[in-house]
This record gives sequence, structure tokens and C-alpha cells, in this order.
Amino acid sequence: MANRRLAPAAEQPDDFAFSPENAEWAKGQIAKYPEGRQASAVIPLLWKAQEQNGGWLPQKAIEAVADELGMPHIRVLEVATFYTMFALEPVGRFWIQLCGTVPCDSCGARELKGYLQERLGPPGHVSADGNFSWLEVECLGACCNAPMAQINQDYYEDLTPESLGTLMDDLAAGRPVKVGSQVGRTSSEPKDAVHTLQDPTLFDGSRIGAWRKRFEQTDAEAEEAGRDEAASSEQRAAADPKPAHPDAGRAAGSPATDAPAQRAAGGETPVKAQDRADAADRSHSTTAQGESGPAETAAESTPAESPPAQSTPEQMAAAGEAAAAEAGAQSTLRRDEVPPQPAAPGASEGEIAAEAEETRIEKTLADLPKDASPEQKADAVGTRPPALDAALAGQPDALTRIKGIGPGNERRLHELGIYHFDQIAAWTRDEVAWVGTYLAFPGRIDREDWVGQAKALGGADAPGRSAQ
Amino acid sequence: MLSDQDRIFTNLYGLHAPGLAAAQKRGAWDGTKFLLEMGRDWIIDEMKASGLRGRGGAGFPTGLKWSFMPKKSDGRPHYLVVNADESEPGTCKDREIMRHDPHLLIEGCMLASFAMNAHACYIYIRGEYVAEKHALQRAVDEAYEARLVGQDNLHGYPFDIYVHHGAGAYICGEETALLESLEGKKGMPRLKPPFPANMGLYGCPTTVNNVESIAVAGTILRRGGAWFAGLGGKNNTGTKLFCVSGHVNKPGNVEEELGITFRELIDEHCGGMRGGWDNLLCSIPGGSSVPLVPADQIIDAKMDFDTLRNLGSGLGTAAVIVLDKSTDIVSAIARIAYFYKHESCGQCTPCREGTGWMWRVMLRMAEGRAQRREIDMLLDVTKQIEGHTICALGDAAAWPIQGLIRHFRPEIEKRIDRYSANPHSTPVPMAAE
Repeated sequence: MANRRLAPAAEQPDDFAFSPENAEWAKGQIAKYPEGRQASAVIPLLWKAQEQNGGWLPQKAIEAVADELGMPHIRVLEVATFYTMFALEPVGRFWIQLCGTVPCDSCGARELKGYLQERLGPPGHVSADGNFSWLEVECLGACCNAPMAQINQDYYEDLTPESLGTLMDDLAAGRPVKVGSQVGRTSSEPKDAVHTLQDPTLFDGSRIGAWRKRFEQTDAEAEEAGRDEAASSEQRAAADPKPAHPDAGRAAGSPATDAPAQRAAGGETPVKAQDRADAADRSHSTTAQGESGPAETAAESTPAESPPAQSTPEQMAAAGEAAAAEAGAQSTLRRDEVPPQPAAPGASEGEIAAEAEETRIEKTLADLPKDASPEQKADAVGTRPPALDAALAGQPDALTRIKGIGPGNERRLHELGIYHFDQIAAWTRDEVAWVGTYLAFPGRIDREDWVGQAKALGGADAPGRSAQ
Repeated sequence: MLSDQDRIFTNLYGLHAPGLAAAQKRGAWDGTKFLLEMGRDWIIDEMKASGLRGRGGAGFPTGLKWSFMPKKSDGRPHYLVVNADESEPGTCKDREIMRHDPHLLIEGCMLASFAMNAHACYIYIRGEYVAEKHALQRAVDEAYEARLVGQDNLHGYPFDIYVHHGAGAYICGEETALLESLEGKKGMPRLKPPFPANMGLYGCPTTVNNVESIAVAGTILRRGGAWFAGLGGKNNTGTKLFCVSGHVNKPGNVEEELGITFRELIDEHCGGMRGGWDNLLCSIPGGSSVPLVPADQIIDAKMDFDTLRNLGSGLGTAAVIVLDKSTDIVSAIARIAYFYKHESCGQCTPCREGTGWMWRVMLRMAEGRAQRREIDMLLDVTKQIEGHTICALGDAAAWPIQGLIRHFRPEIEKRIDRYSANPHSTPVPMAAE
């Protein structure tokens, strides 16, 4: 905030009244605003009063404006002290407002400031001859022509200390000066390098009415265009769901929204693999039995019923790629083609396959007698993986290193003749289904990616051994 | 480079006459009646389809904003207020529109007012723009005389347009402060809600739009939202006036497609970087209130809303301030801090007290007269100000400093170390001013 006070009483004139023509002008200003809203004209009137009073605003003028508009004096005084363009103390005949904000500051305003300081002394004081006073002000909005200054009402741009000096000399001597750029620019164009707006047809009127063509299409075309518009807005809605609140324009570290439709359009799976796994994982569920035991135990004791939807990471990745390809296709889509439906949760190819498998297993198991042994159930849905009679070299791999295999599962795998990472790594889909059903936790092998983990643990490229 | 045929502001540089006859030859007021006859909903839909995002800094979709106005009047008049209080440091685009292409703006006002059922429009122009105010008033008078606007005009929609001016307060660029100022009060922002679309000027439904957002409306409606949406990139459509200032060879305004790279913008239109590309230190790409972006990140970045936001900055008003390696970056940011200190309206404590505090600390840091731990303290204070004020001026004051600390902390530390390595006798002033 700027600290602004009225001029000392000694400098205040005794009275103020608008000249007849200014009073007439003021009436015109007040008429711009609705009945009873004449207070809106306060800034224009104060401005005129300042102009009439030689560039500054005495207390009497403020009060005169208040009376004119039927406002309390203090309201107008508030306005006069709030807005920095009202000079509350006398100014020179030429009041120089030098812009000192960053674009000007970095382009030489500091030199200009030094020059004015040297020539006129500190800001806010009228020079001895009454001609000049100066002030550093904030951005005047002519940044492409920096540095610049406003002298009375006119902008003088592209200044140097020399050209400012000449300008001041000319003004003081009453010689004509050139308003605007002091280096020969017309306005804010790149100096002597205007490469744009050269096409003469822009200016000779030959393009008038050319746009009407788009309205002269047949009804069918209009319908097509309508559909096109609807489709494209759907597409936009998928890609850019409405943010929860209007964008304040502020910088953000992360995107404003993270919605499934947006993710799908961005080429990711609509539901993150991790979220899906978390949602499906019974070990995290409050309904899981045997809550007190470790995760494996809880899962093992869960009966094989309604396996949750899931898919392997590979399938998820494939789905992601498919969605990405789709999104890519969308962005290159011509506007007159109907865009494909945005990918919805659970609709991608990989997920459909996974769901189908689940359903198949579930159905098969339902057909079996209730007292079927784990082996019978497993045989019904998959193929038993090849077994070893004993660990090679009498040294089984530490299967518990695979996340999801605890000591209990390791023992049961040993019973099945599974001792090594490379055996697990080589499991086919059928074999995964078999083991999953046998161990009575369908889907978990995929979810925890035992096969992938086993591969990573060196099963796939163990030298000199095969699964058999 | 954008083709001349796709430029909207064809008299950007004032090389041609701004008057009505010349403006009509350039395409302004061409078929306005036809566009009005297409109906209110068509206009709003077309604006929505264009994807135009407000050009005043926040980037809010213009068509959407228009659609927020009540469909049926409850007896209160509706108003359109055009924000021509262009005072974001670095920005000087609306000025060119108002003095060189004013008829595009006036026509846009008519179309927008019609779409929002407003019969009166106020253009609030900043007080310093005296010549621009006169130019705009001249154009308005011309339009009245040609019966393009007014109570009984050729378009059959009664519509009045008034030019109002301020008196030098940056804060009046904030929409509710602008409304306060227009009502003849101090320009202090209002709390939202109620939003201006319900309670704006004189308590009536009001929409406040930037000059550029309104001035492009006529051309968008003529050539179609699809045309505009076809320029630029997804979510960042259309053309935009870029104001390039600072250390480039030929600073200037230019209309370009959103999404042009920084390098292309400077090379094609501004005569290249002063001293070559290796001399680039950083850029403030959207007016002084957005955080700076260092050279390596900005140099090939696309100039659009989303890219710059992801760089931790923003497009703002597309006022690109380019700074080369001769810049004393700490004191440049201190100068920005001074600006916000000067322009804070004083309504909210965090901003009123915080902007001055930050400026004083920045001044000391520019000299190195500070402690290293004060950098984190300063950063913490910026976070305390950000988001805790009625309007965004507090945020705008905080971001440049955050940007500086994020990217130039070593520079600040270097100064502090250099200062403390030498003996000094000046005491550090402790009291708050």
C-alpha cells in the first residue's frame, strides 16, 4: 500500500469549483450510469478536477466532487487517497511518471532514474523553475517499448537518458515533441522487423463475407456437423472432466483431477493396477476369515468362491497400450468421424479375458461335488504343473522370497514337487489356474505375480537346468 | 508461424487506420446482425466449441463463463463489464486492441452482451491509458453514429456501451475490485460467493471479461468455433497475443498460435535472443505474477496454459519477460516484490503485512545481507500468504519469490556467503516498518 496524505494546509487553495464547461461535462459523465448510481462517476470527476487544478487534487476539490455526487466527503477522500493517479500535492508543469517495474527495470529504467535524480533531485519535488516533478510508478503497460515514462498524459517510449534529456529540454522550451516511441517505432511492433500481417487481402476488403460459406451448407451437412459437434464434446468430456472448482490459473504440481476417464484417454488403464489389486485382495478385506493369522493363512483358509476380477500385469499393460493406441487414434481423428467410445473400466481386452477365465473356473467348480478334493478341483480347471521328485542337488530355492509365498505355501508347493524358481517361472496359464485352485486362493498368483517374481529371482535363466 | 489469414488482430501495429471504414474493410461488423439472429444459445455453444480460455490471466473458459449468467431476467438488468485495466507487469496487448482495433472490441461487446441478455456494457480502462481511452471513445462514437450500437440500432437489439476509466490501481484488474471501483468505491475485492454472475455491478448479474477475450468473439463466431479450436493444441486452442519484453533483440507484440515454442516465438518474431541463446537466464512467461522458469526448461517449452503450468509457472496474460544473464535476478524479483507491496489494497492482513515484509527481506537478500535460514523462512511466509487472502494478489506476490527460491537458491546463498565473508559494520534493522 502506498502511504498517501493530503497536501499540507498551507498549500491547499481556499476553494474549488468546476468551470462551467467542466460542470457540463460532469453532467454527461453522471448520465452514463443508472439512476441513483451517480457515485460511479467519482473517478472521472476527480480526474477532471485534478486536470482543472493544474495536475493535483486539493481537499476542496475532493469535497466539491462529493457534494456534486451527493456522497459523504470521507467516501470521496477514500477514493482520492486510494488511487495513485490522483496527485495530492502540487506537481510540476510536466509531471514525469517513470515506469520502474521489471520489464522497464531490466531494460534501462535504472539509468533513467539516475538521470532524473541527478537532474531534478529526489522524487516528489517540483523543480525550481516549476517545470518538472517526477515519480517512479508501477507498470504503465507499455512493456514492449521499455523503458518508458508518462509525462502528463502522454506516453514516451523506448527512452534512453539522452533522449529523455532532449525530451525534457524540448518540453520546457515549448518545442513540439513526438509522443510515443522515441526510436521510430509506430507502436509496439518489432522494430523494422514486421514479418506478419503482410497479406494485402486482409486490408482491401476482399475477405468480407467469405465466412458465410460455412452457413450455406445443406441440411444433411448441418446435421452431420451437429453430430460431429456432439461427438467431439463427448470426447472432450472424457479427456477433460470438469475440475471440482474453476481453475484459478495457479501453477499446480499435479493435474487438477485424476479421474478414470482422464486416465483412459491419457493411455493408462482406467483403474490403476495397484488400486484394483488392493480392492480385490481379500487379505486386506475386513470380511476375510482368520484375521489374526498372517496374510497367507487368511487366504488359505478362504474357500474358493466368486474369485474377484483381475488380470495379470502383462494383461494390464496390454490394456494400457490398447488404450494408448486408442487415445492416439482419437487425437488424429478427423472431426467428421465419430470417435470411438472412450475406454471404460473393465472394458479393455485383457480385462475381458481375465474375467472370462474367472467365470469359467467358477462355473467348473460349481459343477463339482462339494466334497471334491483340492486335486480334483484343480484338475477340473487346469493342468498340473510338471513336478520334480526332489530338489536338484538336494538344495531347493527359497520360495518364500517370492512375495505371497509363506512357509505354509512353500511346504505345499514342495509337496507338489515345486522346488525352484525356474519351475514357477515356466508355469502356463492352465498351470497357474491349477495351482491357484489347488492352494485355494484363485487369482492370487496373478495378483502377486508369482511368475514374474520368480523370473526376476533368476528362474528363467538359471544355467543348465530345465523345469523337468 | 501462424498464417496471416488466421490472424484476428489485423491492425495490431497500427499500420492502418483504426476508424470504422477501415475496420469494416478488415472484417469488423461484418454480418453482426446475421450472427445475432442465430440466437443466444448458438453463440454460447459456438464459443464453448472454440475452447477459448479467458485471456486475462486465469484462463477460465469464456463460453462457460457466459453460460453462467441467468437465462431469464428476474427484473434486474444484466451487465457486461470489460476489463481493460491492463496492469500486469509485462502486459501491453489490450492497449493495442483499444487504440488500433477498437471496433473488434465494440462488436465483441455487442455479441457478448446479446448472448448474456445484457443491454449495457461498461469498458473499464486503466487511468494511465489516456490516449487509448480517447481512441476507444472515438470508436464508440463512430459506432453510435453509424447506428451499429445504441437504443435504436441497425441490429435491432438495444445496446449501450460506455467507456469508464480508473485511476491507477493494479488491484482493479481483479474482477470484483473492478466492480467496486466502477461503483465509485475503493477498489477492494469482494468475497465470492456471491459470484458476479449473480451479484455483480450494482447488485445485478454481471460478467467481467478481458478485452482480448471479447475482441476475438466476432471473428470466432464468423469463422466458427471449430476453426478456432483447430489452432493451437487440445485444451489450449486458438491464437493469443504475446507481449515479448526484456532482453530480446526486437521486443514486440505478436499474435501467435498457442503452443508455439518459446524459441520459435523469440526467433521468428523478436529478432532472437540478445547475445544468443546461451545468454538466456530465465523467463517470466505470463506477467510478473507467475513464477520464473529457468532457461533450460523454458527454451523449448510450448507456450500454452497446460505446459507452463506443468513447469510450475503459468501462461497468465502471455506477457513474456525475457531475462538474460546480465540480469541481477534477485533484485529483479525484489523489484516485483516491491510492486506487490505497492499495489496491495490493504484489505487482508496476510497480504498487506506480508508483501511489505517479503519485499524488505528480498531487498536484503539482493545484497546478501541475510542469513541462510531466512531463505526457508521467506519461503514459509510465501506459503502462509498464498491462498489466505480474498483475491489472488496475495498468491501473485508469493509466486515470483517461490519461483526464485525454487530455481535460484544457490545464487541467494552465494550472495549471503559473500556478504558474510566480509566485515560490515551496518547493523541489520530489526523493527518492522
